[in-house]
Amino acid sequence: MISLTIDGQTVVSPEGATLLEACRSIGKDQPTLCYLETLAPVNVCRVCVVEVEGSRTLVPSCSRKVEPGMKVQTESERVRHSRKVVFELLASSVDLSLVDDSVQEWMTNYQVDPGRFGDLAPLVDDRDERHAGHHYENTGTHAETVFQPVKVDNSLYVRDYSRCILCYKCVEACGDDAQNTFAIAVAGRGFDARISTEFDVALPQGACVFCGNCIGVCPTGALMFRSEHELRASDLWHEEEQTVTRTVCSYCGVGCNLELHVQDNRIVKVTSPIDHSVTSGHLCIKGRFGYEYVQQLGDLATTPIDDVLRRAREAGTV
Amino acid sequence: MDIRLMDDAPSDAERAVIAALIDPVEEVGSHLAIGGHSARRHRHLLLPVLSAVQSEIGWVSKGALNEICRRLVIPPAEAYGVASFYALISTTERPSVVAHVCDDIACRLVRSEFPHGDAVVSSPCLGQCDRRPAVLLQRAGVEDVVNAPGDQDPFELVGVADPTVVGDRLLARVGHADPESIGSYADHGGWQALEKARALGPAAVIEEVERSGLKGRGGAAFPTGVKWRAVAAEPAPRYLVCNADESEPGTFKDRVVMEGDPFAVIESMIIAAVATGCAKGYIYVRGEYPLAASRLRHALHETRLAGQLGPEFDIEIIRGQGAYICGEETALFNSIEGLRGEPRQKPPFPAQVGLFGRPTVINNVETLINVPGIVLEGGEAFAAIGTPDSAGTRLFCLSGDINRPGTYEVAMGGALGELVDLAGGFVGETQAILLGGAAGAFVDTEALSMPLTFEDSRSRGVSLGSGVVMAFNSSRDMHDVVRRIARFFRDESCGQCVPCRVGTVRVEEALARSRSAPLEAGLIDEIDRAMKDASICGLGHTAASVVRSAISLGLIS
Ligand SMILES: Cc1cc2nc3c(=O)[nH]c(=O)nc-3n(C[C@H](O)[C@H](O)[C@H](O)COP(=O)(O)O)c2cc1C
Ligand code: SF4
Ligand code: SF4
Ligand code: FES
Ligand code: FES
Repeated sequence: MISLTIDGQTVVSPEGATLLEACRSIGKDQPTLCYLETLAPVNVCRVCVVEVEGSRTLVPSCSRKVEPGMKVQTESERVRHSRKVVFELLASSVDLSLVDDSVQEWMTNYQVDPGRFGDLAPLVDDRDERHAGHHYENTGTHAETVFQPVKVDNSLYVRDYSRCILCYKCVEACGDDAQNTFAIAVAGRGFDARISTEFDVALPQGACVFCGNCIGVCPTGALMFRSEHELRASDLWHEEEQTVTRTVCSYCGVGCNLELHVQDNRIVKVTSPIDHSVTSGHLCIKGRFGYEYVQQLGDLATTPIDDVLRRAREAGTV
Repeated sequence: MDIRLMDDAPSDAERAVIAALIDPVEEVGSHLAIGGHSARRHRHLLLPVLSAVQSEIGWVSKGALNEICRRLVIPPAEAYGVASFYALISTTERPSVVAHVCDDIACRLVRSEFPHGDAVVSSPCLGQCDRRPAVLLQRAGVEDVVNAPGDQDPFELVGVADPTVVGDRLLARVGHADPESIGSYADHGGWQALEKARALGPAAVIEEVERSGLKGRGGAAFPTGVKWRAVAAEPAPRYLVCNADESEPGTFKDRVVMEGDPFAVIESMIIAAVATGCAKGYIYVRGEYPLAASRLRHALHETRLAGQLGPEFDIEIIRGQGAYICGEETALFNSIEGLRGEPRQKPPFPAQVGLFGRPTVINNVETLINVPGIVLEGGEAFAAIGTPDSAGTRLFCLSGDINRPGTYEVAMGGALGELVDLAGGFVGETQAILLGGAAGAFVDTEALSMPLTFEDSRSRGVSLGSGVVMAFNSSRDMHDVVRRIARFFRDESCGQCVPCRVGTVRVEEALARSRSAPLEAGLIDEIDRAMKDASICGLGHTAASVVRSAISLGLIS
């Protein structure tokens, strides 16, 4: 066991634990965006940084391991300042309207004011073509954003990269950390870096197997069930009216737990609990998207959302 | 690993280029299922083969990328992510000759506006600031070439002007020995240090380097002996890397050494390998330095023939492909490993976990070429040069409004003003001097009395960085210069971490606004603090330093 202090309080943590785990063990949660228990830490978002005595810069609590005698500050002026500015930089360049309430709370806590960099720049459609090391003359009239058209290229899920904070979670879930499919990676460089398939081909043309595990880990709603996307677009998505039913997938004998999100007696999305010992939150295409057989939307289906769901199912590529 | 490839096939020419570097794997249709280790074994060939296709064909097509992925067992999305990371690799078709016209801080002072297009693109500093303005011609199927100075027609082959090179220790052979002849190198004192190092043995060599007080010349001034001892104590296999990615705007000294005295780089690396027991060495040469790379390649060949390299230690040259960030040591490792050139969070440090996850010595070119002298004369004699905390001589890159731009070697401890005098003094009335590079700081003429040492620069809150001394006289538009530096960092950020990826954009925007409105110094200050504190690597830590120094000197407002 390793002994350290966090905000003056002595904490004893197992060897190999992260500072984040040590903080949580004494009830001091830290904000995180790119961290997830089930994925290898990439420490890129930097909202979890803390101050460690003797360290020139702040350190990411999600990946830094505890060391004997460490003196950690999670609420110092430096920590608060960096977190505030990092949130502001994100919120001024990415659509964060669908992030977790807990993240919203942190932003309120740090008095995040994304407006101070100017008006947000409108949507552009060339982000996938940008060449590393070259960008247009920057006039400063607007705060540059990643706003771009939603990628709708299949009937199961959409990619709304205007919401992408580049947390790498989807890449990890698609790759080494879960699915081992490697259909997406980070492409480009700098502010023009983006999640992409090879040469930006549409998902059905690439390696995607439609397990939806990227959707499961995305913290911002950038990756979203097509059903949710269409319902939102029609103003018919009502999360407060939804129920979540936990059940076991009926396709094979592995025993993956499913959470069926139901609105108006219709399944509108499927997730799996991250702490479930079988799935760690991950599923396959059947468990994630193969629920249609329980709600055949025949001609007689008449709830207000049926039309939208049926259209989404049948649309394929738009 | 189960890999789904694209359907695209390479052209015959593309296939030939790829086949020359990598053997085909067993054909299994468009799906490849190959086990973990054997699948990853060849990943380090990705950058060399992408470079080869780019250089022979002029761009990397879907068919070519697919063929590379098939042979290396790499998912196409990942390979595309790597290819699209580099400025010199194009994933769209383009003209067979592309002119990269430098419009960075030294060149833009003298260059007239030029029309951009498919075949003419703007470039960050090409490391030719002493003979500005510079152009790099990237040519499909032919060796790339540099025009410096090259102003009028960027495509006209004018070659390079004779450089000014002054110095009698590290630069003694440059311009005197034939860089293409191993015999000439020997005639000018080459190989004696290696012979002595082999006789002394590893422990004694490390001791001499420690005693010399040599500190890294790549920017961080870390004691070289400490680094070597740490790596030597780690289990084998260990690697040695010579960081020759020199891309800091205003810096060209490593190029001068590699072009003018390539055997010295190799001899120094062999001595380092003897001392630290490294199994293999890499020289990571900036992609924009075609002549340095070919001189080194030739020198390696001759050195091998002479029996100084072989199974116990050999050296490989890796060409960068246009990414300043790949000079950061851990980004450089990732780049060699065939990953995107994104820096790693430290700790762990390279001495423990470096290239291919192994203990690694990484040193700058200039750091390394100090070693033969230390071995020959002894650490103490070296320590007697310069000051106690800044031993030895240093290479400075003088450019801008200076009478004789060039590379100057001086003992550390002399005043900045003396160095400027050595280069014939300023042209015009100087309003600012850029010290240390784009990651350094501006100083004014009061700093001319400052001794050129690590400690004196540190106590003034500036840094010698990579040895840049670039002068700007009162006719220069400093606002434009500072904006170009902000643009540089925006372009060169790897994009991994938020403070740097977005912070560099916001700084550039604030500077753009200040053309017509008061400068938002407070905002820049706040962004800078977050970048310094919360970024992963040195690029983000220093990206706004120059901007802030320009503000505090009143150069921009
Ligand atoms: C953004 C960035 C770029 C760098 N570029 C270079 C470079 O081009 N050459 C170099 O030698 N060191 C460069 N460095 C420093 C290296 O990370 C490393 O400190 C150096 O290679 C160590 O060698 P030394 O101890 O001999 O100086 C860079 C660092 C950063 C943060
Ligand atoms: S799409 Fe979502 S999971 Fe993927 S990088 Fe963007 S925000 Fe993260
Ligand atoms: S500081 Fe900039 S260059 Fe360094 S890791 Fe972060 S984004 Fe990449
Ligand atoms: S959660 Fe730690 S850096 Fe993102
Ligand atoms: S070569 Fe153009 S600025 Fe250095």
